[in-house]
Formats: sequence, C-alpha cells, structure tokens
Amino acid sequence: MNPSWWDWDHAFAVFPLLLEGFKITLLATVLGTLIAVVLGLVVAIIRRIAPGIIRTPVTWVVEFIRMTPLVVQLVFANLVLSPYIDSTLAIGIWVLGIHYTTYMAEVYRAGIDSVAKGQWEAATALSLPQSRTWRAVVIPQAIRNTLPALGNYAISMFKETPFFVVIYIPEMVRVAQTYGGDTFRYTESITLAGLIFLAASYPTSLLIRRLEKKLA
Amino acid sequence: MDGVIGFFEQLGPNLQILGERMPLIVEGIWVTAQATALGGLLALAISIVFGVAQVAKYSVVRIIARIFVEFFRGTSLVVQLFWLAFVLPQLPYPFGWQLAPLAIGVLALGLNYGAYGAEVVRGSIGSVPKGQYEAISALSLSPVRGMFRIIIPQAWALMIPSLSNLWIQLLKGSAIVSTVLLYDLYFRIEQVRDQTGTWFAFLFALLAYYLIAWVIVILMNALEVRAKHKIGRGPALSKSWGTLFRSPGSVITEGSLFRAPISGGGKA
Repeated sequence: MNPSWWDWDHAFAVFPLLLEGFKITLLATVLGTLIAVVLGLVVAIIRRIAPGIIRTPVTWVVEFIRMTPLVVQLVFANLVLSPYIDSTLAIGIWVLGIHYTTYMAEVYRAGIDSVAKGQWEAATALSLPQSRTWRAVVIPQAIRNTLPALGNYAISMFKETPFFVVIYIPEMVRVAQTYGGDTFRYTESITLAGLIFLAASYPTSLLIRRLEKKLA
Repeated sequence: MDGVIGFFEQLGPNLQILGERMPLIVEGIWVTAQATALGGLLALAISIVFGVAQVAKYSVVRIIARIFVEFFRGTSLVVQLFWLAFVLPQLPYPFGWQLAPLAIGVLALGLNYGAYGAEVVRGSIGSVPKGQYEAISALSLSPVRGMFRIIIPQAWALMIPSLSNLWIQLLKGSAIVSTVLLYDLYFRIEQVRDQTGTWFAFLFALLAYYLIAWVIVILMNALEVRAKHKIGRGPALSKSWGTLFRSPGSVITEGSLFRAPISGGGKA
C-alpha cells in the first residue's frame, strides 16, 4: 500500500544509490579519522616539547582551524587546490581530517596531562632517552585514557561528512539531494539517508559508552 | 589575481571592493548572528528540558527524552536541515509547512545541538557530588527546591565550558544554512569572491567567523566566572578580567577528561 506521502517505489529506487554514497561516507570517515589520529598526536607532542618559536605559531594555526567553520574551509581548500589535485574527495578527506586533528590534539593533550607525574620521574630515574619515554611510557597510557573521546570524535566526523555537499562530493546526503532534485521527490531519499545515519551511529555510540565505562 | 602573491598585490583594491560590498556582508553577518543566537537559545532550552528529563523520576519521561536525544544526535545536522527544507513541505495536511529559511536554520541548529547539549546537562547533573544530594534530604528541602537551589547552580558551573564549545560548533555549523537559501555570512563572501579572488574573500570569511567565535568564548567565560563565584568557587568577575580571554581549548583538564567523552568536548 502506498500512502500519498510515502512512495515505496521511490524508496526502493533510491536505496541502492544511497548505499553507494554511504561507501564514500564511510571511506571519508575512516581516512579522516586516520589522519586526525596521527596528526593530532604529532600536534600534541609538538605543543608539549617544541621550542616556543615553533609552538606558538602551531598553537595559533590549530586554534584558528578549530574555531572556523568546516564548510568554509572545505570550499576554500577546494577552490585553491582543485587545479593541482584531481580528486575532490581527497581534498575533502584531508580538510575533514585536519579539522578534526585540532580536536584530537586537545584530547591527546588532556591524555598526556593525565599521565601521573611519577611516570615521568620514573623514566628519568631509569635514564630512558626522551624518545623512549614517550614511546614506551607516556603514549601508551595517554592513548588508553583518550580512547572514548577519540571514538566519539570519529562518530562526530561520520555525521559531519554530509558537509561535503558544499563541494559536491557524492556522499550519501548529496546523493539523496540529487535524487530529490531529479525526481521532485525528496521525502523518501532524505528520510532514508537520515535513518541510515541513525542505524549506523547509534550502535557505535553505545559501544563507545561501554568502552567508557570499562576504562573509567 | 589569485594565489598567495596575488593576495598581497591586490590587497588595496580588494579592501576597496570589500568596503563597497560591506552593506551586503554586514547583512550576512547579521543573518549568521541571528541563526547562531536564536539557534543557541533554542538549543539551550532543549538541552535543559531534555537533560533534566533524562534524570527524571518517571521512566516514561526518561525514555522519551532518551529517544529524542538519540534521534537528533544520530541523524546528521545536514539531513535535518534538508528534511525541514525539502521534505516537510511535501508532507500532506496538516503538515506540509514551507518554513522561512531562517526558521529552518534555527530549528535544525537548535534541535541538533540541543540534543548534544542535553547530554552535557545530564552529565553535569550526574557529576554533582553525591553528598550534595544527601545534604538536600538532610536539610529536608523538597526535591524540586533542592534541584533548583542546590544541584542546578553547581551543575551549571560545570556545564558552561562544554556548552561554550557546543555553541561554537553551532556557529560553525551555521555556515551550511546557505544550502537552504538562507543568505548568511558565508553566502555573501561567496558572492564577493568573483571580484576579490579566493584567498582574500575566504581569509576574510574565516577571520570573521573566528572573531564571532571569540565573542562567544568571552561571553561564556564571563558566565562561567560568575557561576563559579556564585557557588563560592572563584573570584568575582570584577577581579578576574584576564580569565575572559582564556582559549576554549584549555577547558579540558585532567579532572574532566573522563567526563569529556560524555560531553565530548561538546560533540558526539
């Protein structure tokens, strides 16, 4: 039965297209998270050990990126870089990753701060070199403390991939919008896109909440 | 006329173009400010109502609040925006509302970030030490009176840093509203871009957003100092002007790290 406001034919027609778009959404989330997790740690360490002449500008740039809109950054980067980089998706993923790097750096910083002072002292007492202190003592403990927050930011990144519509990357929401524009039926495509988001993000956030309880 | 070098070569003429276009840009800034302020107010109202409802006595209330929060957190902001703009008008009577673009923007921003805020409020109420709850019954205050006079003032001081971050997120999220034909700051800058080149227009836009974000930071820092002073945990605002300019990044401290995932530095 087809009520007037919901057309199953449209729903079945758009669903596979949405799943195609969802692949891009997932790809962007995974690669963006990877970038943010790695660069975030680098930034956090720079802000901890680098001399002021490097630390101050890094801090400024990080803060500026964190406090300005992802949408504007996406369009800006796309306009500037598109003559040199063919893939808009690659530009989008890097911008997303770098934007979240600035959040992750804060998370790591809090994680590093939460490593007990005695751990640093023990590393000095054992005369471990600085690189070894970080690698074998500080970072493993810091990362354990930050896992839930990192997970939450990954989910949040997942839900911000639709901002890619501003540079026309065909991720799921863009696909839904295009389908709506072509057929003048937005109801099924946009509603389904929202439900797919919900179906994917809710279980993940439950998982992270359990992880949180376990680690706390 | 583009690129980094072009940016400096064209700086003079570009500033002049910017000056000529200023009325439109100011209009855009006004729209962004409206969306951010009204969206923020709606979000705050939703946060408090659904945050408190999540710790309510009746499980029906708790479950409804939980579903609301999970729903609006789980479906992305952009989806909610598009749904209000494109799907809602296509629904049959008694729906089928064609809302004004500003209303769409404010609703979507308020609902989405309000759902995140509700988690912050819930977490903060939960972080008020247990002894305070015991004190309420020891002083035989009624539960409602205890909530408003004892718990919420303390939770309020705890939640302000996260709410501040959320409000900045909302400001940044508002840049998407031009996709539903609300002519905000970003939209106006996009219009100027043809004449001034990408670098000039976008650096100006980013700087403008950055400054608006700092207005929020300073406002919320002031609120936090005041809230802490009122519960006897810090100096009065008149004695600590310096703290107003503290960067929002420095709010995640050791003690709040484990709370941070719930409030998520504001997100998720």
